[in-house]
Amino acid sequence: MDITRRRLLVLLPAAAVAWKYVLAGTPEASPNYQMTEHWWGMLIDIPKCIGCGSCVRACAEENDVPEGYYRTWIERYHVEDWKIERPEVESPDGGKQGFPPHADDGGKNFFVPKLCNHCAESPCTQVCPVGATFVTPDGVVLVDKSYCLGCRYCVQACPYGCRFINPKTNTAEKCSLCYHRITKGLTTACCEVCPTGARQLADLKNPKDPIHEFLKTHTVQVLKPHMATGAKVFYNGMDGSVR
Amino acid sequence: MQIPVEGFMYPNEVELQWSILIVLYPFITGLVAGAFILASLERVFRVQAVKPTYRLALLTALAFLLVAPLPLQLHLGHPERSLEMYLTPHRSSAMAMFGFVYLWYLMGVLLLEIWLDYRREIVEFSQTASGWKRRIYRVLTLGSSNVSARSLRIDERLGYFITLIGIPSAFLLHGYVGFIFGSIKANPWWSSPLMPIVFVFSAMVSGISAVMLLYMLSTRLRGQQIDMRCLDTIARYLLYTFIIDFSLEMLDLLQRIYEADESFRSLDFMVHTRLWTSQVIIQILLGTVTPIVLLGVTQVLKFPDIARKRIYGLAGCLTMIGIFAMRWNVVIGGQLFSKSFLGYTTYKMAFATREGLLTAIALLILPFIILWVLVRLLPPWPESASLPGSGAAPAHGTS
Amino acid sequence: MGARDANLFKDIEHLIRLAAVIAVALVAFVILRAAVVPRSFGQYGHYRGAAISEIASRPVALAGHDACEGCHTDVVDQKKLGKHVVVACEACHGAQAKHADDPSSAQPKKLDTAVVCARCHEANSAKPKNFPQVATADHSGGLACDSCHQPHRPKIETAKIEPEGKK
Repeated sequence: MDITRRRLLVLLPAAAVAWKYVLAGTPEASPNYQMTEHWWGMLIDIPKCIGCGSCVRACAEENDVPEGYYRTWIERYHVEDWKIERPEVESPDGGKQGFPPHADDGGKNFFVPKLCNHCAESPCTQVCPVGATFVTPDGVVLVDKSYCLGCRYCVQACPYGCRFINPKTNTAEKCSLCYHRITKGLTTACCEVCPTGARQLADLKNPKDPIHEFLKTHTVQVLKPHMATGAKVFYNGMDGSVR
Repeated sequence: MQIPVEGFMYPNEVELQWSILIVLYPFITGLVAGAFILASLERVFRVQAVKPTYRLALLTALAFLLVAPLPLQLHLGHPERSLEMYLTPHRSSAMAMFGFVYLWYLMGVLLLEIWLDYRREIVEFSQTASGWKRRIYRVLTLGSSNVSARSLRIDERLGYFITLIGIPSAFLLHGYVGFIFGSIKANPWWSSPLMPIVFVFSAMVSGISAVMLLYMLSTRLRGQQIDMRCLDTIARYLLYTFIIDFSLEMLDLLQRIYEADESFRSLDFMVHTRLWTSQVIIQILLGTVTPIVLLGVTQVLKFPDIARKRIYGLAGCLTMIGIFAMRWNVVIGGQLFSKSFLGYTTYKMAFATREGLLTAIALLILPFIILWVLVRLLPPWPESASLPGSGAAPAHGTS
Repeated sequence: MGARDANLFKDIEHLIRLAAVIAVALVAFVILRAAVVPRSFGQYGHYRGAAISEIASRPVALAGHDACEGCHTDVVDQKKLGKHVVVACEACHGAQAKHADDPSSAQPKKLDTAVVCARCHEANSAKPKNFPQVATADHSGGLACDSCHQPHRPKIETAKIEPEGKK
């Protein structure tokens, strides 16, 4: 199409209007989704976790997670008798390919899946110098990768080690609670594939969500409560040795 | 690049986030704050003895302050976005607020003070110099060539006031860097209310030591006589500051050992293994105890001038190494252990990359090059001050 | 009086010029800020509001078991008869949203059961005691799991069952 002066006179104002919309932001992906109606968290049932690594693999596929970095991972704990302050922990490749065979050794052994805790009082968002990481109105901590400087302050500030710098984008990255899925009514990739139901997405603002009953009837903890981060990932049956 | 890990680290923790460039950064800003405090000793606290180093200290501070943002820029994943820190600063972030503290200190304190102190010379050089230098001076005059007695008196008063504000500003400049580390509750090696204070005092130690060494070196290079009264006074202030700094660090250490909380076992092991050389040998023994003893000995026993110069020189060099080691132990040490307290990783420092050793060395040399340029433009030497003309009083910085 | 005032002005002229330079710089900064800061910044908080919808509109890689079950009803019937009814299709078959959108464009790869099954069922003392697990080296003597087990209905009722074909 050759640009004549007349065409330009039509194109330019149209482009200006379109640009205004671009500046205003792309339209909501799900028109029915209202952020203020949700407050997201997750429930992890430790006695159910079999350490198969399906969650780690699904997350990597869903979110293009680079090799050697983990948005979620699984830790295998071995606790010898009463020594709960000195567990032996391993996480080969984050548990992505499951765990090697392990015969019974007389100690206490279990798996602990970990991910971003989507803290309500998130220390990582507190330290971000520019506002590239933030808590959404529906309680998910996200990273704006087109705004992030890659200063790594947030990675230092996270007590749980769930953040990393993506070597391809040179920006901070972490579990997004599959925000692009949960806003469309799907569950997270990790919860979708968990074969035993050890991981369950929870909407704390939804009165019908089974988590409310579960929290009332089970012994539940969050990781590092002394950090007072307002973590929203709840662990059922978590041993005192879990770091 | 396989990184050797001992014990268990969270999978994302294995690779260090902050490299040697982030060790350099507090070292450089510390020199700035310390050099400025030395300059203010004369201006505000009327310690006449250190007057010969007043202007040199200011220019040293400026040279280092100009280089300070460079390690940060080189370290960022997206340096082209760094302006965001000034456009949309996150007020809860110490790093964002520091951007403004830096800007304030550079513009509102240091540049202003240097300009006011040198203004008479600037105006004079704008009329007597030639070539590109003349153009620089003319720009620096901001178009005003008035150097009447009253204008210079006004400059003097304003300069005094700025130095007065400059002292807490210098504390803020480097205390803030300490706060950037000290406010991270996730990291027990960093998280401490003492961190800003320890940083400020070690900054003063390194800054005073740097100016002392530069004064000795530059005087020697110009074939002039070192003012021993000045040097002795600087060395004395260095000693006092050092004692305070050492006491604070030992207090922190003793308390940690005694309380032995959850993180302690992990940190203790780390110091005994990975940080033994850099912390115990270099920072504490060589870099702190030895200079304190050397400086202390000169206060108790009488030494001839030449011996004192040698002792000060040695103490100064060891101090600089020791304070750099301290920054290394804080920044790198804080990332060598796992936040699970169950393991340790290793820092694999690159050599010729953006964040490698070569870059760090270049960034350490650069301030001296800048200082050399500044010294050529704005000579700080007492004997090179121009004679007062037309009855105007000499500007403050000349002796 | 006037002369003294004029004199004072002259004596602080350099400071006035400095103040002017600072004022210009501040104005330039304000203009820069208005021009460069993204429009949606501050919409919901101290961040670019548009980022939320950008992130929410990422394409989905896992279709979810509902999407698979729409077409593969025979597999659904098989699974309903056994313990693997709770296992999501993509837990073993990997992300298949592309296949679900356009089945002929992306075919799921054939799985190596020796690897896939072992992730869940390899004996490990950290797994719950009542979870079915075996030391595969002793259990199958090197045979692939689907030599004897049908993955969608794993319990062995009789001898080898024909492996499920594609729909």
